[in-house]
Amino acid sequence: MDALPAHMRPERSFQGFILALQRFWAEQGCVILQPYDMEMGAGTFHPATTLRALGPKRWNAAYVQPSRRPKDGRYGENPNRMQHYYQFQVIMKPSPPNLQDLYLKSLAAIGIDSSLHDIRFVEDDWESPTLGAWGLGWECWCDGMEVSQFTYFQQVAGVECAPVAGELTYGLERLAMYVQGVDRVYDLNFNGRDGADKVTYGDVFLQAEQEYSRHNFEHADTAMLFEQFKMAEEACRKYLAVGWKEGGNQKEHLMALPAYDQCIKASHVFNLLDARGVISVTERQSYIMRVRELAKACGEAWVHTEAGRAI
Amino acid sequence: MPDLLLELFSEEIPARMQAKAADDLRRMVTDKLVAEGLVYEGAKAFATPRRLALTVHGIPARQSDLKEERRGPRVGGPDAAIQGFLKATGLARIEDAKIQTDPKKGDFYIALIEKPGRATLDVLAEILPVIVRTFPWPKSMRWGERSAKSGSLSWVRPLHSIIATFGPETEEPDVVKFSVDGIEAGQTTFGHRFMAPSAIPVRRFEDYEAKLKAAKVVLDPQARKDIILADAKQLAFAQGFELVEDQVLLDEVAGLVEWPVALMGSFDEEYLTIPDEVIRATIRNNQKCFVVSDPKTGKLTNKFILTANIEATDGGKTIIGGNERVIRARLSDAKFFYETDLKTKLEARLPKFEQIVFHEKLGTQAERIKRIERLAAEIAPLVGADVEKAKRAAHLAKADLLTEVVGEFPELQGLMGKYYAQALGEDASVAAASEEHYKPQGPADRVPTDPVSVAVALADKIDTLAGFWAIDEKPTGSKDPYALRRAALGVIRLIVENTLRLPILNVAKSAMVGLPATGDAQKLPGDLLSFFADRLKVQLRDQGARHDLVDAVFSLGGQDDLLLVVRRVEALGKFLDTDDGKNLLAGTKRASNILAIEEKKDKRTFDGAPNAGLYNLPEEKALAKAIDQVKSEAGAAVAKEDFASAMSAMAKLRPAVDAFFDKVKVNDDEPKVRENRLKLLNEIRAATRAVADFSKIEG
Repeated sequence: MDALPAHMRPERSFQGFILALQRFWAEQGCVILQPYDMEMGAGTFHPATTLRALGPKRWNAAYVQPSRRPKDGRYGENPNRMQHYYQFQVIMKPSPPNLQDLYLKSLAAIGIDSSLHDIRFVEDDWESPTLGAWGLGWECWCDGMEVSQFTYFQQVAGVECAPVAGELTYGLERLAMYVQGVDRVYDLNFNGRDGADKVTYGDVFLQAEQEYSRHNFEHADTAMLFEQFKMAEEACRKYLAVGWKEGGNQKEHLMALPAYDQCIKASHVFNLLDARGVISVTERQSYIMRVRELAKACGEAWVHTEAGRAI
Repeated sequence: MPDLLLELFSEEIPARMQAKAADDLRRMVTDKLVAEGLVYEGAKAFATPRRLALTVHGIPARQSDLKEERRGPRVGGPDAAIQGFLKATGLARIEDAKIQTDPKKGDFYIALIEKPGRATLDVLAEILPVIVRTFPWPKSMRWGERSAKSGSLSWVRPLHSIIATFGPETEEPDVVKFSVDGIEAGQTTFGHRFMAPSAIPVRRFEDYEAKLKAAKVVLDPQARKDIILADAKQLAFAQGFELVEDQVLLDEVAGLVEWPVALMGSFDEEYLTIPDEVIRATIRNNQKCFVVSDPKTGKLTNKFILTANIEATDGGKTIIGGNERVIRARLSDAKFFYETDLKTKLEARLPKFEQIVFHEKLGTQAERIKRIERLAAEIAPLVGADVEKAKRAAHLAKADLLTEVVGEFPELQGLMGKYYAQALGEDASVAAASEEHYKPQGPADRVPTDPVSVAVALADKIDTLAGFWAIDEKPTGSKDPYALRRAALGVIRLIVENTLRLPILNVAKSAMVGLPATGDAQKLPGDLLSFFADRLKVQLRDQGARHDLVDAVFSLGGQDDLLLVVRRVEALGKFLDTDDGKNLLAGTKRASNILAIEEKKDKRTFDGAPNAGLYNLPEEKALAKAIDQVKSEAGAAVAKEDFASAMSAMAKLRPAVDAFFDKVKVNDDEPKVRENRLKLLNEIRAATRAVADFSKIEG
C-alpha cells in the first residue's frame, strides 16, 4: 500500500478509517458500492445484501450504509447512542473458506494488531423478523468491545440461501472511537486535521442528532406516517403484482427492485411510528409481520429476475 | 491394543454448546463401536472454542468373526420363500442349508452364516462420517460453495478439517480414510489462532495434546478452568482482595479461550455507589469478567478480572485498557439507570401495569397485583404478619419490574425493588418483601421467615397456581412453562419450614374467587390440593421419607393443613419403624385382606357395630375392648394434634389383634358369628383410620 498522508490514517480520521476499509475489501474483489439512497435501519436492508444474498450467482460487495434507528436518538446527549450512524457492510457469496481470516486482516488494515489486542468470536445468532432472515455467527469482540457482527446467512426474505453468503457489519463510529482513543462519538476527528482545520463528528452530526431526536420522538407527523405505511405497502404489492412477465415457460419478474424500495420505505416508516410510541405492543407484532410479508414477496420476485435466478 | 484419535476443527463453537458436544461425540463414537462388537478400554472427549477432540483407547484391531444360524422356511415350502431365504442369507443353493427337525412344526431349513470380522480401521471409516453428518448440534448451519447443493454438510459453524488416526502405541498410526462434504480426514491440526496458527502434523492423542499445548492451546476445558481460577485468585490475592467466584461464568469463559490469560483491570471508584449486584451483573453479563471483593468490608472493590485469549506482546496493557474503557461505559450506563430509577417513586410506576398483560386469560399485571394484595391481607393474620404491612408490601413488590436496572438485568428483580423501597423510607419488612416474596425459587433456595415476606410470597404463588389451574394450564409431563411445580413446592416449604397452620383449600378457594377466569369452581380447589399432595410426596421422597405414607394420610380426606400432614407422616414413619408398628400394620393388612375376600364373596360390606352378645371367645371380647379404648385415646390425641401419642395409643391395639388372629377363626360355621367377627375386623380398619389409611401403606 502507498504511504498514506497522516490525516488519512485510519487511527487519525474517521474518513480515513472508512477509506481504509473500502480499500481493503476492494482488494479482496468486492465491488465498492455507495450507500443506498433510502432511509433504512441497517446495512442489511440495502438490496445489495438482502436481494443479492439470494440466488446462485456469485456476489461480493462492500459499502457504507447510513443506518437510521429513530428510537436510539438521545438528543446528542449520550456518548455513543445515535439515531443515525454508519455501518460498513461486506457481503460475500458464496462465503469464502477464509472469511474469518479476511476479517482479521481487515482489522489489521484499520490499525488493530491481533498480537496486541484480544480478538474473540462470541456466539451471536442473527435474526431479522422484519426481513424474514436468519443466520448463525458471532459478535466480534476486540478487548471486550463488540466491534462487528459476522453472520452466515441461512435464509433471507423467507428464501433459503443457496449458496450461503457471509456478511460482515462493522459499527464504524464505535471502532473509530476505539482506534482514535475517544470516549464520546462527537469527539471523533472526522477529517484527520489539527487545529482550526479539524472537523469533528460532532461538527458534522451533533445538530442533526438533536433535530432528528425532536422529530422522531415529538413531532414526526404520525397521521402522515400511518398513511405512508399503507401507501408503501400497497405500492409494493402493486409493483409486485404487475411485475410478473406474461407468457413463456419460465416465470420472470421485471420489477423486484422498485417493489423492494417500497418494502424498505414501509420498514422505516414503521420504525418512526414505533419511536413516536403510537404503536401498541400487540400492533407492533402485526406491523412487523406485514413488513416481513412484503420482504418475502420481494425475495420471491427477485429469484425470478436476471440477477436472482439460477444460471 | 490400538487407539483412535479424532478431531473436528471448526470456526468458533458457542461456549454453551461445547461440553454437551464433547459428550455427544464420545457417546456416539463409543456406542457405535460397541454396536459393531468393538469393546474399548476407555474414552475421553474434549472441547475448545475451535475443536472437538476424542481419544478412544484399547480398541481391538479387528472385529471377531461372527457365526450366526438363521432359520428359514419349511422344507418343501413355496419356491418364493426359498428364493427369498437364499437371497437373504447369501447361500448359492438350498442344498447348502442344514435341515432342522421340529417335532411340532416339521422340518425347517437353517442357514449357517459366517461373517468374518472386519478391520476396525474399515469400520471406523464407515461410522465416523455418519456421526459427523448426524451430529446433534442444537443449531447448525451451511456455508461456502457447497451450500448451493442440497444435502450439503451442516455443522455448528464451518468445519475446516478432520483428524482421524488409528493405531497401536508403538507404531505409526493409520489415517482413517473417509471424507465428509469434501473434507478429507487426515492428521493435521492447527494451533492458537493468533499465537501459533500454522499446521501441525500429529500421530496420536499423546503427541496431539502435547503439540497443541506447545502451540498455545489447552485442550482440556477443566485445565483451562483451573488455570483461570488459580490465576484470577492469585491476581486478586496479590492486591489483598478476593475473587468473587462464579462457576457459571467460569464455565462460559473457559469456552471462549484456547489459551487463558487472566488480567486485572480497574474502574473509577465513583461507580462503587451503585449496588454491588448491579456492578456485578454489568461486568459479568456484558463483559464476561469476574468481580473482586475486599475481604475487610465484604464489598466489591473497583477491580475486575478479564480472561484474554492471548499473551499480548505488550503484556496485556492494551487489552486491559480496552476492557476498562468498555466497562467504564457500561458502568456509566448502569449508574445512570440506577440514579434515574431512584428519582421515580415505586408507586408512581404502578399505573403502567394496567397496560401490561400478565396472561391473556388472567388479565393485566395491575389486576394480578390487586389480587395478591387482597390475598396477602387474608393470609397475613394466619402467619402472624401485620395486615397493613402485608398489603403495602404486595402493592409494591412487583414495581421494580418497570425500572431501568431490572429492564437491563432481569435477574435483579426483587433485589432492586428492595433497594428502591429502602431508599424511599418504606418499612424494612415491606422493602425486604420485594426481594423475598420470590423465594424460595427451588429446593435449595432459602425460605423467607419475616411474616410479611411469607404472606406476600404465599399470596404470589397461590395466585399463580389458582390462576393457571382456572385456565387449565397445568403442568403435563416434562412441560411446566409457568414453573407451577416450583411454585407449589415453594408454598409447601414456606408452610412447613415456618411451621404455619394454613387451611390451604380455603386460601385456594379465596384466590379463585378473584380471578377473571374461574373454571369449575367446585372441582378446582380439590384438584389443586391433590397437586400439592403430589408435590409434597416428591419433596418428602427427596428427603428420604416414604411417599406411600403421604398417600396413607391424604387418603383420610379433608387433609388441607400441610403442616399437620407432614407431622402425621413423620409420626407414622416413626411408629412403623417400631415392632408394634410393624405388627399392627401386618395385623391391619390381614384384617383388610380377609375382609376384601369375604366382602367379594358375600357381595356386601361389613360395616356397623358388632354385637357384643355374639362374642363367645375371650380374644374377641379383648379385641373389642382394645378397639374402643384405642379409638377414644387416639381420637383425643389426634384432636390435640399429638400424633406421637396417637401412635402410642395405636400400639396398644397390637397384642389384642395378634391374639385374635392366633385364637379366633373368623369364618365360623355359624353365619351370625362369622358376620360379627367380620364386623370386628372392620373395626380394626376403622380404628387405625384415626391416624392414617393403613391400606395405602406398602409392605
